[in-house]
Amino acid sequence: MLNSNHLELSSAWGLTYQALNYVHRPSTVEGIRQVFTLAKENGRTVGLRGSGRSYGDAAVNAEQILLELTRMTRILDWNPETGKLTVEPGVTIRDIWRYIIGDGWWLPVVPGTAFPTIGGALGMNLHGKNQYKAGTLGEHVLEFTALLSTGELLHCSPEKNPEFFYAMIGSFGVLGVFTSITLQMKRIYSGQMHISTHATANLQDLLNTMEQRKASSDYLIGWIDCFAKGQALGRGQLQIAHEFTPGEDPNPQRTLSVQFQEPPEELFGIVPRSILWRFIKYFVNPLGMRLTSLGNYLMGLLKNDKQGLESYVSANFLLDYFPRWKETYLPGGLIQHQSFIPAEHAYAGFREILQTCHDYGLPAYLAVVKRYRPDPFLISYSVDGFSMALDFHVTRRNRQRLQEMVAHLDEIVLKHHGRFYMAKDATLYPHTVSTFLGETTLAQLTALKSKYDPQNLLQTNLSRRLFPQIHITTPNAQIESN
Amino acid sequence: MIRPLHPPKTAVIVGASTGIGAALARKLAAQGYQLALVARRADLLHDVCAEINQHANQTQARPYTHDVLDFAGTPALLQQITADLGSLDLFIYNAGAMFPSHAEKYNADEDIAMLQVNAAGAMAWLSPVADRMVRAKRGQIVGIGSIAGDRGRRGAPGYNASKAALHTYLEGLRNRVSRFGVTVTTIKPGQVETDMLKNAEQVRGPISATRAADLIWSAIHSRKQIAYIPGKWGIISLVLTHIPSFVFRRLNL
Repeated sequence: MLNSNHLELSSAWGLTYQALNYVHRPSTVEGIRQVFTLAKENGRTVGLRGSGRSYGDAAVNAEQILLELTRMTRILDWNPETGKLTVEPGVTIRDIWRYIIGDGWWLPVVPGTAFPTIGGALGMNLHGKNQYKAGTLGEHVLEFTALLSTGELLHCSPEKNPEFFYAMIGSFGVLGVFTSITLQMKRIYSGQMHISTHATANLQDLLNTMEQRKASSDYLIGWIDCFAKGQALGRGQLQIAHEFTPGEDPNPQRTLSVQFQEPPEELFGIVPRSILWRFIKYFVNPLGMRLTSLGNYLMGLLKNDKQGLESYVSANFLLDYFPRWKETYLPGGLIQHQSFIPAEHAYAGFREILQTCHDYGLPAYLAVVKRYRPDPFLISYSVDGFSMALDFHVTRRNRQRLQEMVAHLDEIVLKHHGRFYMAKDATLYPHTVSTFLGETTLAQLTALKSKYDPQNLLQTNLSRRLFPQIHITTPNAQIESN
Repeated sequence: MIRPLHPPKTAVIVGASTGIGAALARKLAAQGYQLALVARRADLLHDVCAEINQHANQTQARPYTHDVLDFAGTPALLQQITADLGSLDLFIYNAGAMFPSHAEKYNADEDIAMLQVNAAGAMAWLSPVADRMVRAKRGQIVGIGSIAGDRGRRGAPGYNASKAALHTYLEGLRNRVSRFGVTVTTIKPGQVETDMLKNAEQVRGPISATRAADLIWSAIHSRKQIAYIPGKWGIISLVLTHIPSFVFRRLNL
C-alpha cells in the first residue's frame, strides 16, 4: 500500500484541473529507483513533474505516483571557456542564467518564463522567441543520461543512441527520467538587447513584417488584439530584438550581472509587483480585456518604430513580470490554444481561427505569434512557419462552448497542415494527435515505449488522454492502464 | 481517461447491493457519476453494476466485494478504488445492520454486531476518506443514519445507539473538515421499504427505496448538513427529542 501522507494536490498550471497524487521528491538517482520499485510493488504508474508549468494535465498523474524532480538541483559542471554546462534535471532556467551570466553566457533558448526545470523543459522540448534561428532547446543538448523504468542508465547524444536521443527529448516523460543533461550555452556581449516596436494594422501586415524582419533580427514576437474585427482583424504589434555585437557595449560587466537583470520588486518604486494580480483581476472579463487589448494596440501605435534597450530578463521572461497573474483567471482557470501552421497556410489558418473565435463570441484575452523552423525530434510541434497562442478564460458558463470551439479550431489547424504542443494542451483528442503526428511516428513511439518501458510504468493524465496506443499493455505486463 | 475541462464526477457507495444503496447507485448513475460500488454480497452487487452498465452502454459502475468489518483492509481498498476512479467527489456510507428486536430481548452479540457495522465500519472508511478530501480541499461525505438514532427507545437500544454513534461521529467530522471545503451530510431516513424493514417492530407509512434515493440525492446536491427522509420525520424528531425523559420512558414508543 502507498503511504497516504504523500497525497498532495497537483494542478495543471492553467488551474483548470487538479488531482491528488502520491508525490515523491527524491534527490538522487537511487531515490528515483526506489520510487520505481514502490510503483511496481503496488501496481501503480509513475508520472514525471518538474516545476509544473505545463498548462494542462501533462504533469499530473491522478491518484498515482508523481515523481517531482525539483530536489535534483545540482549544477554538476560549468566551463566558462567553452560554455558547456552539465546539470541535474531539477535545475531551473532561472538557476542557470543567474549562474552563468557573470561569465558572459546566456541560454541559447529560453521560454517566456524562467521557472521551468531543465528536465521538464526537455521533456516538452520547449522553445523561445528565437525558434526560427536557434531551434528548440533540445537542439542545444550535447548529451544526457536517462534512467529507464527498468533501473538501467542510458547515456545518449546525437551520436550515441541517436534514436533514443531524438525520441526522449520532447516525449513528455513517457520514456525515461533525465538524470544529467549537458547543454551548450551561448556567448553574449551585453546584458541588454536592442528592442523596437512596430504597430501592425492586421494579420497580413503582422505576418508579412515578421517574414521580412526574420533574417535581420534575433528575437521576434507578435501580439494580436483579438477583439478587433473586419479590416482590423489581427491588428497588433511586433517586437523585434537584436543582440549586441562584441565590443558594442562599452561596459558589459555592468549589464552582465544578476543585480542588473533582476527587475525591481516595486513598480514605480512603490507598488510591489507581487500584489498587482489582485488589481489585474478586475480586468479579466470581456470588457476589461477589450479595453486592455485596445490600450495595448494604441501603445504600439504610440511607440511605433521607436528603439530602446531592455535587459535579457525583462525582454525574455514576459510571463514572470506579474507574479501569480494566472490566479486572476480563478475560479475557472485558463487554457491556451497554440497552433503551429506552415508559412504558406498561416494567414488563411490564423484568419479562420480568429474569425471562428468571433463567431463563438469567445475572443482570446491574449494572443501571441512567433516564427519557427522544423526540428529533428520524433515528437515535434515545429513547422517552417508560425505559431499563434491564444489564452482563453475558462468559466463555468463558457466551459462547454469553449471545448466545442477549441475542437473546431483544431479542425482548422489540421486542415492547414498544422501541429500542436503538449506543454500547452488541455483539450486535444487522440485522433487529432494521430493526424498531425502521423501513424508512422506513433508506431515508432509505441515501439520505443515497449522497448524502454516494458511495464508501462511512466504515464501521466496527458499521455493516457492523448496516446492510448502507447499504454496498451502486453499480456505479461503487470501495470494496468486505466 | 480524464479530460481536464470535463473530469468525470466520481462517487463511492459502501453498502450498495440492495435497498437504499442500490437505489442511490441508480440515481447517481443517472446523474452521470462514475461509481465504485462496495458490498459484501458479490452476486447482488454484480447484478446492480451490470444493470447500470447495460443501461449506460459503458462501464459506469465497478463492483468491489468487501465486508465493512474488515477494518484493516479498508485503506488499501480505498486506494484501489480512487486509483480506478481517478478522483473522489462523493463518498456515501450506507452499510447498515438491524436485527429484529423488542423490549424483552437482551442480546449483546447482536447489539455489538450492529455497532460494528453501523458505526465502527463507518469510522474505518470515513477517517481515510476525510483525510484525503481535506488534502484535496473539496468533496462530500454522506452517512446514512436513521431517525432511530435520535432517541433511545425501549424496543431497540442497540440499533439506536449504533445510529446515534454514527450521527455524533459525522457531526464531529463535519466540524473538523468543513473549514477545508469538505461537506458532511447526515441522512436520517424514516422507514423505507427495504429488506431491513422486515426486522422492524412496527411499520409506519414507509416510502419506496427509489423515492428515498430521490430525496437523498436532492439533499446531497444542495449540500445539506442534516436531512430527514422524507422531511416530515424532521418534525416528528423535533417533537420526540423534546419529550422529557421521565415522560418518554412511560410512553409506548
